[in-house]
Amino acid sequence: MALAEICKISNASYMKPAAWTSTEVENELNAFTSNIANPYTLAAPPFENPLENLNKIQANASNSGVKINFDHGTTTLGFKYQGGVILAVDSRATGGQYIGSQSMKKIVEINQFLLGTLAGGAADCVYWDRVLAKECRLHELRNKERISVAAASKIMANIAHEYKGMGLSMGMMLAGYDKRGPGLYYVDSEGSRTPGNVFSVGSGSIYAFGVLDSGYHWDLKDTEAQELGRRAIYHATFRDAYSGGIVRVYHMTPNGWIKISETDCMELHYKYKEQNKAK
Amino acid sequence: MNCLGVEQFPDYKVPGVQHVDFSPYESNGGSIVAIAGEDFVVIAADTRLSSGYSIHSRDQSKLFKMSPKTVLGSTGCWCDTLSLTGLVKVRMQMYEHTHMKTMSTDAVAQMLSIVMYNRRFFPYYVSNILAGLDKDGKGAVYSYDPIGHCERATYRAGGTAGALLQPVLDNQIGYKNQNLPADQLPPLTKERAVAVASDTFISAAERDIYTGDSVLINIITKDGVEERKLQLRKD
Repeated sequence: MALAEICKISNASYMKPAAWTSTEVENELNAFTSNIANPYTLAAPPFENPLENLNKIQANASNSGVKINFDHGTTTLGFKYQGGVILAVDSRATGGQYIGSQSMKKIVEINQFLLGTLAGGAADCVYWDRVLAKECRLHELRNKERISVAAASKIMANIAHEYKGMGLSMGMMLAGYDKRGPGLYYVDSEGSRTPGNVFSVGSGSIYAFGVLDSGYHWDLKDTEAQELGRRAIYHATFRDAYSGGIVRVYHMTPNGWIKISETDCMELHYKYKEQNKAK
Repeated sequence: MNCLGVEQFPDYKVPGVQHVDFSPYESNGGSIVAIAGEDFVVIAADTRLSSGYSIHSRDQSKLFKMSPKTVLGSTGCWCDTLSLTGLVKVRMQMYEHTHMKTMSTDAVAQMLSIVMYNRRFFPYYVSNILAGLDKDGKGAVYSYDPIGHCERATYRAGGTAGALLQPVLDNQIGYKNQNLPADQLPPLTKERAVAVASDTFISAAERDIYTGDSVLINIITKDGVEERKLQLRKD
């Protein structure tokens, strides 16, 4: 036991000779599932610098046959215009080369006046959006008014900054409506946070921007704006292999968000083809 | 991972020593298929447990009965599967004692996601599929990525032959890209779900070395969990 003494592991519960007491078992359990009680306490890895070293374990995959592929999200866009904010996203989730899902929800409904889009690591975005939803509800209860988009996005940016360098992967837009009017922020896992009128995030964003920029102006009508978002995502799904599935369009109005449409890419493809022929 | 700091003491370096990377994971193989119907859900998993080219066990169930309405299928690194399912089981017991009711399938699904995300920086190497009946008694299937991204689906395949099995389900259960009008889709019966699940495994055993021996099929209805077993190739 001398080595155990030197290494100071004799205090660990599994080194004790007697049977565990129920409090020890409970403590152990609470330690292993610590983020149920407090979402900010994630387990620390048994190595330093997880960003680099988790990749090293992955690099050894060819020998062990172990390859951890996280689901990754892809093309999302959002823009402000006279009628509020439009968010449009695709629905494909890829783990490596494999399409894990064609029906993923990449717009998270945080509350009636706040939407988040998700690109990058799916689990990261969904987990932290859920934490954000909790924080926003607590803000409402404490201050008797809804949280502003600026404040909500700052909570997210603070979380991202806290975990910077640990390998989180998120690129999200937060859209909302508060007393300052429509709000649109871009927040990512590097910790940056910027307000803006037009954003597109993900591997298909370059294609989406092409369509979006050519058709965007502030005075768009509601239907025109929704169609612009839809068309931009469609073109991204056509050119970017990591995007596809269903095109979802949401509209943030002064009275909260409305789901506008969910259309299969294939349906849009033939619809636009017909329209081109007619011209 | 230079925790020993040997690099700083050149005298103690052994000639010809090779640095081996930390490799805490192992793939023990296995596949899962789950198919949800209107008032039932079928979940099946093979019973082979292997490591590399050797087979450890031909009769290891990968289905964990969490409650009378919920079954979790889990494959990947078997030790991670055991510790994860162990944690979830105890957490469900705690829930039952504090709230005086069994956890619903959707609650288990969400909790599993959170417990998996706890290990965001050192993930459980598992492929999980959760099957059960939801609050309305409808069949539900939830699938996960290794760090707890969770999505509800009507049918799903996972594990080493997941990429082999999913397209079969897309065709036979989802009728994908067959351009059938919604009212002409044949209704999914329990027997057909079991038959398709069995067939996918027979096919997977033909092409995936980690899938074989036998399939355990759990059929969850409001009356409980019915278990069936089907023999597969043993080679």
